[in-house]
Amino acid sequence: MRFIFKTDYDQDIDLAPHTGYFWSYGLLTAALVAAPFVFGNYFISQLVFVFIYAIVGVGLMILAGYTGLASLGHAAFLAIGAYTAAVAQKYGVPFPVYFLLAGLLAGLLGVLVGFPALRLQGIYLVIATISMGLLVEEILARWESVTNGNEGLRVKTAQVFGLEMTRDGVGFYFFCLAVLIAVLLMAMNLLRSATGRAFVAIRDSETAARSLGVDVASHKVKAFAISAAITGLAGCIFAHKMSFISPEMFTLTLSIEFIMMILIGGAGSLHGAIFGAIFVVMVDPFLTLLKDDMPGLLASAARLVGVGADNAALLQETLARWASAAGLKGAIYGAVIMLFILFEPHGIYGRWLKVKLFFNLFPLYKQATFVRQKTYMKSERGR
Amino acid sequence: MLDLIQQIVSGVALGCVYGLIALGFVLIYKATEIVNFAQGDLMMLGGFFAFTFIAIVGLNYWIGFGMAIIAMAAVAMLAERVLIRPILGNPQFSIVMATIGLGYFTRSIAGMVWGTDDLKFQTPFSSGVLRIGDLVLAHDKLSVIVATIILCIALYLFFNRTKLGTAMRATSENMLAAYYMGIPVKRVVAMVWAISAAVATCAGVLLAPITFVHSNVGLALGLKAFPAAVLGGFGSIPGAVVGGIVIGVIESLAGFYLPEGWKDAAPHIVLLTVLMVRPEGLFGVYLAKKV
Amino acid sequence: MSYLQAQNLSLQFGGLKAVNDVSFSIEKGEIFTIIGPNGAGKTSIFNLISKFYRPTSGRILLDGQDVTDVPAHRIAEFGVARTFQNIELFENATVLQNLLVGRHRLNRTNLWQELLFLPSVRRSERAHRRRAEEVIEFLGLEAHRDKLISGLAYGVRKIVEVARALCSEPRLILLDEPSSGLNAEETDDMSFWIRDIRKELGVTVLMVEHDMSLVSKVSDRVLALNYGKVLTTGTSAEVQSHPDVVAAYLGA
Repeated sequence: MRFIFKTDYDQDIDLAPHTGYFWSYGLLTAALVAAPFVFGNYFISQLVFVFIYAIVGVGLMILAGYTGLASLGHAAFLAIGAYTAAVAQKYGVPFPVYFLLAGLLAGLLGVLVGFPALRLQGIYLVIATISMGLLVEEILARWESVTNGNEGLRVKTAQVFGLEMTRDGVGFYFFCLAVLIAVLLMAMNLLRSATGRAFVAIRDSETAARSLGVDVASHKVKAFAISAAITGLAGCIFAHKMSFISPEMFTLTLSIEFIMMILIGGAGSLHGAIFGAIFVVMVDPFLTLLKDDMPGLLASAARLVGVGADNAALLQETLARWASAAGLKGAIYGAVIMLFILFEPHGIYGRWLKVKLFFNLFPLYKQATFVRQKTYMKSERGR
Repeated sequence: MLDLIQQIVSGVALGCVYGLIALGFVLIYKATEIVNFAQGDLMMLGGFFAFTFIAIVGLNYWIGFGMAIIAMAAVAMLAERVLIRPILGNPQFSIVMATIGLGYFTRSIAGMVWGTDDLKFQTPFSSGVLRIGDLVLAHDKLSVIVATIILCIALYLFFNRTKLGTAMRATSENMLAAYYMGIPVKRVVAMVWAISAAVATCAGVLLAPITFVHSNVGLALGLKAFPAAVLGGFGSIPGAVVGGIVIGVIESLAGFYLPEGWKDAAPHIVLLTVLMVRPEGLFGVYLAKKV
Repeated sequence: MSYLQAQNLSLQFGGLKAVNDVSFSIEKGEIFTIIGPNGAGKTSIFNLISKFYRPTSGRILLDGQDVTDVPAHRIAEFGVARTFQNIELFENATVLQNLLVGRHRLNRTNLWQELLFLPSVRRSERAHRRRAEEVIEFLGLEAHRDKLISGLAYGVRKIVEVARALCSEPRLILLDEPSSGLNAEETDDMSFWIRDIRKELGVTVLMVEHDMSLVSKVSDRVLALNYGKVLTTGTSAEVQSHPDVVAAYLGA
């Protein structure tokens, strides 16, 4: 058990309560830096996707988790970032410039969305963001002179100061990792300062925040802008990773995936965004595993148990057919969301914290520490 | 002129479908303040059930229709019991996400069970038209309009004039207080989901002759039904139907008179504009916090 | 010269006049209490002064300045802070975090400085923390500093409400029923704190209160309200013996 003895205000202001954090996160960072030299291309490619989704997750967490403004339209901000990159590249704008421009333009859209959103509460805001997302997708498909409509745009490899950053290369991997770390640090800085506290205040009680001098309107718009800008930066990276973008890659389904990422990872913490990103990116490889390997494995297991060879073969065949059915990914997505909300409302990070607490308190941990109380629904209208 | 009326009628029929789905949203919202994003998928499932009863089992249309409603009510009550009831105290947004998950799940399972092709079955409204002068109104569209009006009136009276309806509204305000007042909250919520699924099934079955039954119809229509419900103001039953009709008519006219692509964007543009001017929707009530 | 002047304030909701031509003035350093039956318009007056509502007519002058048209989030800059009758704390945050939000109006760092957490931001954070600690010490909240609000008892929450309001270094504090829900001992403590707020911090106090013993103990002047109209103003003893007040509110 570790006791933190506080002697200085700085200990509360610092990012980490004790030096153990530096060791563990340092090790993690070192592992991530070493990864491309140890693991194969596929794994590294998946890690880059995790980074991209994690960056979006941080952005969305600032808006939804910390300011309480739910948005089902973040695919639109990703799209703006991606298209800014692709179009700017066509005009020969250098990479560092259009990288920042992607964030800026997405942030501008965030401001544009933020102002009208001031008047909307709860479910109205969610649906307005859905509409906004669909509109942006539609505009991207129709504005053919700029975006090439549904034909899509090719994105060439990024050129930074004359060096090429291929989408599968080590340089790109480190760039993504650097952006993720930078965004995480900025988000953490935001949260331990006045603006971050104001965001959380707005989520919990707008009235009280207003009476304490928090300009609720301006902060809400800021939250939208920051969230959108971060997502825009991720969009630029996304465009390079995919090397081809078209409007149908930025649908409502993607926005839902982002929110799902937050909820599964654990809403209300930056760790949640990371865990969620890992989870969401792992679903596809998992499904492939399920389709290719599982029927065989289960059939062998059945044979071991004593099921006859014919039955085992039949089992394998049915499983294979079922596993490759078109709808399985959707069914698993749906089932996972439902199971998480039912059993792990605080997400993976919540479970991680509980496990950590168990080890911290060992052997004094009590099993009933986290028994859930029955909660009753109270109207959220007029909050 | 004739074209215009034709388009408007088409739009009204389409809007009535949106309105029926929106009605389902509003019903569940009025009783539990949850927005059931799986409503469109319930509609789709209702259509599939009807297809099974009518085309595969071979029952009479009306009997098959009735059976589909009963089956869907059962499915909805099951979903409510397993998924919604345990999480009722959670923040609204996570419950909404749970229903989104339910929608995904239902859609995928339906696709796996019934396949992904368009399915059709015989209905008394599939063919046949009503002629008023030069106007040609297809029976399938008329059936949707008539059914919507009947359901809207019936549900409005139910929610505002009966004790059970008042009990449902009370539950959505403060569930704990409703428990204390002797309202059988669990039964009320289950009933509301059953009614909502029944309405969705009506929509699905009546829609079958127009769009046929396939697993993606729920998502596409559900997405358009949101603007309808929000436009009408989320707590209002006539509002849902009016909102649906407005969206349907705008979409129909936009598809006919405006260039390609506006058809899908127009409802959303209308929605965002209305929300700017009147954030609580046409019939909604603006609630401000009282300190 | 009076510190707060309410001139002919009226607040009308449709046909209902919640506040009907109310005028009063409060001197600097005074403890001024508004009493009256429920529905008399006391909280409405509070809401008018803290700019939660805009008056249908009338003016509010704070230290000579007309603040009638100041928006809600800017009244804190004028040194006005309030507590809420139904506790409006930030449930998912700790007591300390609530108090630090209370310091918001005194914050001088901007977004860009904060994103990079420059040394100026760190200095500002330390200063805010120091001042919040002073308030914690003043009200005896040391034991609860890092506890989440959702786990605190009602009495402690009321104290945190007052603490948060004090963190914004107000010159006028509005206490909305500070003793409601508190037992006798806690009410006693509250009466000491209210007097200390005036004596040690030099803050003018405007209160709404139902507990007459508390009113008598701490108030300099009292205003009695009924149906949105002023019945009488005066010292606590004068008001409590006034026949109209007795008839409308206090009983024989």
